[in-house]
Amino acid sequence: MSNPSPTPERVVVRFAGDSGDGMQLAGSQFTRTTALAGNDLATLPDFPAEIRAPAGTRGGVSGFQIQFASKHIHTPGDEADALVAMNAAALVTNLTSIKKGGLVIVNSDKFGRIDLGKAELETNPLEDGSLSDFVAFQVPISSMTREAVEPFGLNRKHADRCKNFFALGIVYWLYGRSLETTEAWIQKKFQAPFLEANLAALRAGHAFAETAEMAEHQRIVGAADFETGEYRNITGNMGLALGLTAAATNSGRDVFYGTYPITPASDILHALARFKNYGVLTFQAEDEIAAVCAAIGASYAGAIGTTGTSGPGLALKAEAIGLAVMAELPLIVINVQRAGPSTGMPTKTEQADLLQTMFGRNGESPCAVISASRPNDTFEVAYEAARLAVKYMTPVVVLSDGYIANGAEPWSIPDVGSLPAIEFPPAPTDPEGFLPYQRDEATLARPWVVPGTPGFEHRIGGLEKEDLTGNVSYDPQNHEHMTIVREEKLKRLQSALPEVTPFGSDKGTLIVGWGSTYGAIRTVTERLLSEGHDVAHLHLRHIHPFAPNLGEVLGRYDKVLVPELNRGQLTMLLRHTFLVDAECVSKIQGQPFRTTELHERILSHMSSTEVR
Amino acid sequence: MTAPAYSKKDFMSDQLIRWCPGCGDYSILSQVQTVFSKLGIRKEKYVVVSGIGCSSRFPYYMDTYGFHTIHGRAPAFATGVKCTNPDLSVWVVTGDGDSLSIGGNHMAHVLRRNVDLNILLFNNRIYGLTKGQYSPTSEVGKVTKSTPMGSLDRPMNPVSFALGSGATCVMRSIDILAPHLRSTIEAAQEHKGATFVEIYQNCNIFNDGAFASFTDKAQRDDRLLFLEHGKPMVWGKTFRKGLQLQGLELVIVDCETAEDEAACLAHDQTSLALAHLLAGLDPDQGFPVPLGTLYKIDAPSYETQFKKQAEASVAKLGAGDLTALLHSGDTWTV
Ligand code: SF4
Repeated sequence: MSNPSPTPERVVVRFAGDSGDGMQLAGSQFTRTTALAGNDLATLPDFPAEIRAPAGTRGGVSGFQIQFASKHIHTPGDEADALVAMNAAALVTNLTSIKKGGLVIVNSDKFGRIDLGKAELETNPLEDGSLSDFVAFQVPISSMTREAVEPFGLNRKHADRCKNFFALGIVYWLYGRSLETTEAWIQKKFQAPFLEANLAALRAGHAFAETAEMAEHQRIVGAADFETGEYRNITGNMGLALGLTAAATNSGRDVFYGTYPITPASDILHALARFKNYGVLTFQAEDEIAAVCAAIGASYAGAIGTTGTSGPGLALKAEAIGLAVMAELPLIVINVQRAGPSTGMPTKTEQADLLQTMFGRNGESPCAVISASRPNDTFEVAYEAARLAVKYMTPVVVLSDGYIANGAEPWSIPDVGSLPAIEFPPAPTDPEGFLPYQRDEATLARPWVVPGTPGFEHRIGGLEKEDLTGNVSYDPQNHEHMTIVREEKLKRLQSALPEVTPFGSDKGTLIVGWGSTYGAIRTVTERLLSEGHDVAHLHLRHIHPFAPNLGEVLGRYDKVLVPELNRGQLTMLLRHTFLVDAECVSKIQGQPFRTTELHERILSHMSSTEVR
Repeated sequence: MTAPAYSKKDFMSDQLIRWCPGCGDYSILSQVQTVFSKLGIRKEKYVVVSGIGCSSRFPYYMDTYGFHTIHGRAPAFATGVKCTNPDLSVWVVTGDGDSLSIGGNHMAHVLRRNVDLNILLFNNRIYGLTKGQYSPTSEVGKVTKSTPMGSLDRPMNPVSFALGSGATCVMRSIDILAPHLRSTIEAAQEHKGATFVEIYQNCNIFNDGAFASFTDKAQRDDRLLFLEHGKPMVWGKTFRKGLQLQGLELVIVDCETAEDEAACLAHDQTSLALAHLLAGLDPDQGFPVPLGTLYKIDAPSYETQFKKQAEASVAKLGAGDLTALLHSGDTWTV
């Protein structure tokens, strides 16, 4: 076994099966139990690209990976210590992500001639030596499940559906977990006879593992050291939804979420649509453009207008975002990035929309850009976006990506009372002499006077505004002045941002990241530090504008490395803004960095100059 | 709060009007300002939202809240405004290019959703602001700068488009028929739901006389059919004529007596089938141009239901308690 200790610090388990096999459910149940046992954890589902690929084929394989640990971890792990494969296709498509010597539990009932055919296999991997590098257990999961549920009179199809619980029972035993949480959940979720059948399958799997010769492979991971407080698991999409909802309850304004369904952002809409009693209004528009336009209309009328999308949708929204820049209205645009260009690989992750976000509009049209870096900071990021949008009367783009959106990890639930206040630009009181573009001196925000306010009737729009009055103006000096004022407004925003402090060494190599590369970079940095390297990690939330001291921090290091899932977009911004010789560590495979791979690549960048 | 007594002047902004002298937009602006002063709605409750085009300059000339947005998207902005604050009287001013070409999608959807907006479509059958290219309502063979050999596309019928999109109220008027236009604009505000008003508007620079065949004083009375719900559809000064149903078609009959007129088909504004027939009447085939309310039915308006769902959610679940929400689901304490 790759990790011979009976009490390892961390374990990575992967569940894989057909889309219909209930692997996501098994994974999420295992996650709940693991969280309640006090481990730190991170999870990532791996959905098939097609909604209903034919059963048993490679395209239909659905996976779920969890890493859990007795110390703090930052990613769902690279290669798995253990794999549960429910059929031949699930085994072959996942075998490369298992550690040599790892544990492989296969449902041996699903390796018949037809199953092998569907999985495009000419020989049977159970017999052809494919498993020789692993500790394999061939378990007839389907037939044992059928036997276990026999007393409850289910037809074959329904009986087969219980097999994910049988598999889960095995995994529970392997990691010394109690069945309680899942038993309680089954009792709540199902009715007779499915309730009894699922319970029986779960217990049968557990009992089977106990009697099979698995004892030497049992591993117990101790509880991690968490700060006290209440925790829950959170996905990136749910965190964004909750952050927006908090903005609604704390601002006293409705949050209007106008959107058009798009992978991988739709779950934000699904969550928000259920929070109507919190002052969240959701609008599924006819297209991406209407979605952002309706959100801007909502902001004009006094709500916090928000739209959510992915890269292709952001491209469509560009013109409207420019209007929000010109009209100086609050707007939140969430971009859950995916692999592009064009339709690209919608279910795969990438960070290649940064420059689109920064510059993908006509004219000089600066927006604030902030980025989430892991599921458990998305709540804060969404809330901050609302705060900035309203305080500075500006569009704020929030960047997330598919990896953050669907990944989950424990989240320390914040105290609602400790959330910073959402401040509005000062409201004018006297209609006499009211000027729609007269700015607050500190923030340069213009007043947010909404239709329905007597005496303040005025017009706004996309034509260049005359300073103060907001009347249409083609005056050359005015245009330059207004362009610079819109830029200056973001500088005011910058001066109020917190300073950044790198993690790790104060000299040597600085690894700068943004977005979902956080976990991999932090893990690698910890490892490099423990290996004695002078290295530090800085992860940026504020990308436009940058934190006020970023340039000074970059200047302290001999080398600046920027790992990103694109061809060097943050690298370009850093080089341009600070004239530093930042080097990009690029990956563009629709997959996150593996920590082993990143470790190697950073070492090779460092070796060129580092003196040890 | 009831509205004070306003005059038209209260709705005139201080901005210099930049339409060409003689443009039909002036008359429409004037009628809208007059009607706004008489609707009994407080001034601050009016919002005029527009897209891009000559007509879309409209909000700048109204002393109300106004939002001049981007090309074709005014219905979407207006939807956001109305759903956020259903208390506002929201008007969309658009043109044939803005709402039927670049923004056709949004127009279709705002109509089927039945958002309570008053949509004034100034149809001049040409692109004015970009200096004279043919539009989606231009007739086949239109010679313009972009179509020196004549345009090839068959034109769109705005009223048929609106009906086909599921509009609940469809009207038509003409820029120069001031009293009729005023009463149409008033009726638009009365309808709860999306009201689609096609206004034939003369662009005297790039498409002068596009509607002259039925708007010229000499012919007008013999070419225009003023629809009234429940009344026989008859028209004409020199010769009285009326419409009757023959099979699935409307046909013209001569009316010599009052009885002949009474025997003509009465307008039923709740009949979608009749509205489609009226929309399809071809003036080039001698048919009259129907004006007024072609179609009007009662249907729940979108923003009302939108707000109702939020209220129902509060009634069922209570006003949201953020702490409870954050702590919901599986939590554990360390
Ligand atoms: S171009 Fe035509 S529509 Fe435009 S303002 Fe001039 S006359 Fe009116």
